[in-house]
Amino acid sequence: MKTAKTDVLSCRLMVIGAGMAGMAAALFAARHGVSTVQAGLTGETQYASGLFDLYGVKHGSTRALIDDPWQGLKQLKQDHPKHPFCRVSTRQIRSAMDRLTDFLGDAGHPYMGYPNKNARLITPVGTLKRTFRVPKTMWAGVQALEEKAPCLIVDIQGLRGFSASQIVSTLKPSWPGLTAASIDISWESRLGPKYAEHIARSLEVEAARRDLADTIRPHLGHAEYVGLPAILGIHDTDTIRRDLKQMLGRPIFEIPTMPPAISGVRLKEIFDIHLPRLGVSTFFHHTVLSVQRQADGRFALEVGRTEPETTVVADNVLLATGRFLGKGLVAERKGIPSILPESRWTTGSGR
Amino acid sequence: MLIIGGGATGTGLARDLALRGVGCILAEKQDINAGASGGNHGLLHSGARYIASDPASARECRDEGAIIKRLAPQCVEETGGLFVAVKGDEEGYIADFADRCAQCGITAAAVDPKDALEVEPSLSPDIIAAFAVEDASIDPFKLSLDNLVQAGTLGTSQLLHHKVVGFDKRAGRIEAVRLMDFRHGTDVRVHADQIVNATGAWAGEVAAMAGAHINMVYSQGCLIVSQMRIGERVINRLRKAADADILVPAGTVSIFGTTSKRIDAPDRCRPTTAEIDAMIDDGMAMVPKLVDTRYIRAYAGVRPLVRSGNGSDDRAVSRGYSLLGHEADGLDNFITITGGKLTTYRLMAEKTADLVCRRLGNSTPCRTAKDPLPASSEARYTEPGLTPKMWFKKNDPSDLLLCECEMVPTSVFNEIAAFLTQNGHRPGLREMGQRSRVGKGPCQGSFCSLRMAAHMYNEGMLKDGEGIDELKDFLNERWRGMQPLLWGPAVSQAELQEALHCGLLGLDVSH
Repeated sequence: MKTAKTDVLSCRLMVIGAGMAGMAAALFAARHGVSTVQAGLTGETQYASGLFDLYGVKHGSTRALIDDPWQGLKQLKQDHPKHPFCRVSTRQIRSAMDRLTDFLGDAGHPYMGYPNKNARLITPVGTLKRTFRVPKTMWAGVQALEEKAPCLIVDIQGLRGFSASQIVSTLKPSWPGLTAASIDISWESRLGPKYAEHIARSLEVEAARRDLADTIRPHLGHAEYVGLPAILGIHDTDTIRRDLKQMLGRPIFEIPTMPPAISGVRLKEIFDIHLPRLGVSTFFHHTVLSVQRQADGRFALEVGRTEPETTVVADNVLLATGRFLGKGLVAERKGIPSILPESRWTTGSGR
Repeated sequence: MLIIGGGATGTGLARDLALRGVGCILAEKQDINAGASGGNHGLLHSGARYIASDPASARECRDEGAIIKRLAPQCVEETGGLFVAVKGDEEGYIADFADRCAQCGITAAAVDPKDALEVEPSLSPDIIAAFAVEDASIDPFKLSLDNLVQAGTLGTSQLLHHKVVGFDKRAGRIEAVRLMDFRHGTDVRVHADQIVNATGAWAGEVAAMAGAHINMVYSQGCLIVSQMRIGERVINRLRKAADADILVPAGTVSIFGTTSKRIDAPDRCRPTTAEIDAMIDDGMAMVPKLVDTRYIRAYAGVRPLVRSGNGSDDRAVSRGYSLLGHEADGLDNFITITGGKLTTYRLMAEKTADLVCRRLGNSTPCRTAKDPLPASSEARYTEPGLTPKMWFKKNDPSDLLLCECEMVPTSVFNEIAAFLTQNGHRPGLREMGQRSRVGKGPCQGSFCSLRMAAHMYNEGMLKDGEGIDELKDFLNERWRGMQPLLWGPAVSQAELQEALHCGLLGLDVSH
C-alpha cells in the first residue's frame, strides 16, 4: 500500500457513504463521542424529498395507505418477520427520529409531526402522501388539509411541473375551499425556465420576500392559508416562512416540487456545515479507493477523488453506500456484483 | 364505408379510397399505430431477407420499397443496407446469396469485408462476407399520420379510442357496427355499405364478432432501442431469416431485433427479459458493441400470421398478406386484410381498395403508386432531432422545454394538441408521445410527464383527477419498455423514478 504520500487519520469509526443513512450514522456516532471519519458522494441527496417517512404504505401488494405507523409496524413485524424493521425496536426508531430532527431544527430547519400518526401532505400532482416528519415549512399545509380551510395555492410562471390549477382541480372535489393563482415574479428576471433553487436563494433577501408577498396579496380573497411550491430559502427557512406569514397575515406552507428541487439541497448543506462542527472529519465528493485489513484487525482505507489523498485507519467500518442511484451498487446484465468479497453476486439475473 | 384499425394498412387504405372518391370513417380502439405498425423495426426491406423463404414477398418488398422511397421521401432515411456473415454462418447460404437476389431482381453488390468494416466500424472484425443492398429506415408514425391527414382533407373522419364491440347483422349483411367510445363511455353505431377489418393481429377477434372465422397464429417480435445511433446503414445478418439479425438506424438511435415468440393472444404482447438476453448474446457476433451499449427502451409487436389450411403445421402459415372477402362466411359486405409487412402496406391497401371498389361499383383506378404522399405538418414532429433544431433557431427562452431529453418545447406541444382537438380528440400524454419525441429519451418520461401534466392543467386540457390517471397510464406504458432492460445506468434511472413517482407522489397507491 502506497501510504507514503498521503496523510494518515486514525478513528474508531469510518462511515462510507454520504447519503441520508451515512449522514445520520455519522451524526449519531459523533453525538456518542465516537471519533468518526466520513467519505462519500453527496449527489444523490439532491433528490431527497426532505420528508422523513416511517411507514406510510402497507408492505406487499395491497399498497394501502397507513395512518398509524406504529400500529402498521406491529402488523408488519407479525406478517414479515424478516423485514429489516424487525431488527430495531419502536423505542430505537423514535429516539433516532427525534435526534435527527432535533439536529436539523437546531441547524435552522425544524421538523413537525404527530407522535402517533402519519401526516397527510399535498403533493404537486394532487395526491395525499403519508409521512411521519415534515419540514415546518410544509406543516401549515398539513393543518389546512385537516381543517379543509379556505386555502390559496400559488404557482410561479416558468417553474415547470408545478401547477396550482392541477393541485386545486384534483383536490377540489373533497376540498371545496381551494383556489388557485399563477404569479409572475418580476424580480426573478432571468429569461426562460425558473428553478426552485434560484428563487429560494433570492428569497433569503428580505426585499424579495416583500415583492413576493405583494404579488400574492391581490389573490388572497377569503383564503386562510397560502400554499407555495417549495422555495422558502435554503438555509434559514424558518425565518423566511415567519416573515412571509407576517406580511400576508396568513400561515404559509410549501408543497414539494419535482426535481431539481431544494428539499434535498437544504439537508445536504446542513450536514456539510454541521457535521464537521460536531467533530466528524468529512471527505465529501471523495470515495474509498481501497480497503485493507491490518494485522491488528483495524482497517486501512485509502480515500481520494481519483488518486489516494488520505489514509484512514479505523477500528470499525460502516457501509452506507446506497443502491444504484447512489452508486453503491452496479447492475450488470448478468446480475449485481457483490460489494463484499465473500460472494460474487448479490442477486441472480432477474430484473 | 368503415375501416376498423388505424395502423399502416388502415390509414393507407383510408387514403387510397379517399383518392378514389370514397370517403370513410376510420375507427381505432387506441391511437394510430398502436399495434404492430408501431411495434416494428421501422425497416423498409430491400427484399433480400426473403429471397430463400419467400421469393414472392422478396419481389413485393423490392417494388414497394422503391415506390415508398420515391413517393414518401419525408418518411424515409435512405441509409442503404449491408448483409454480413460471420465465421460459422452457413456457407452454402452465403455462396447462393447473390444469385438468389438476382433471381428476384434485387440488387446485392458484393463488398470486401475490409471495406465493409471501414464504412461500418461497429461490425465485428470476424465478418467473412458482405453485400450492399437497398434497405432504408422508415418512420411508421409519420407514414400513418401523413396518410390519415391526406385522407382527412378528402373527407375521411377518424374515431380514435373507439373499440368494436359487436355487429348487427341481417340476411348476410352487416347493417351496423357497434363501437364503444372509451373516453366517454358511450356507444356509437356506424352504418356502412362496406366494412374493412384492418386490425392486424386482432383481425381474428374482430372477424369472430362478425361471425367469420380466421385461423390465426400470433408471433411476437421483440426490439430494443439504443441510446445512440450504431452505424449508418441497416445491418442484416447474412443467414436464413432468424432472431437477432437486424440493426436499423433511426435518426439519433438504432433499433435491434427481433425475436419470434409464439403467444396465444395479441393482448399478451410484451417484451421479455429472456428474449432480450438471447438476442444480445446472439447479435454480438455481428456487432460486438451490442453487448455494452446503453439501451433505453424495449418494445414488441405481434406478427399476425394466417394459416391457409386447417392443419397445425407452421409451414402452412403464410408470411405474406391475407385479403379475405368472407363470402364463404355468408357475409357480403365484410373484408379482412391482415398479415404482410410494413414495406408492403401500400400494396395491401391497394388490393383491399380494389375489392371494396368492385363491390361498390366504383371503377376509379388506384393512385397511390403514382401520386406523392404529401408531407403534413401534423406528422413532422416524430422526426428525431427536429424540435431541438427548431427551438435553437427560434431562440425564444420563454418557449419552455417540456421534454428536456428530446427538447420538445411548449409551442410544439400546443401545436400537436391543437391538431388533436381539431380532429375531435382529447390531447393526452400518450397521444403526445405518438406524435413527437416526448418521453423517448433516457429519462423515459420520468420528468417530462410531470411537466406536461402541469402544463395541461394550466391550459385547461385536464380537469379534476384526470391527471393522475393520465400519468399512471403513460408511466406504466413507459415502464413496460424499461423493465426488461434494467441494468447499468437504467437501474439508477428506475430507482429515481420509483422515489419520485411512488415514494413522493404515491402514483402506485390508490387514492
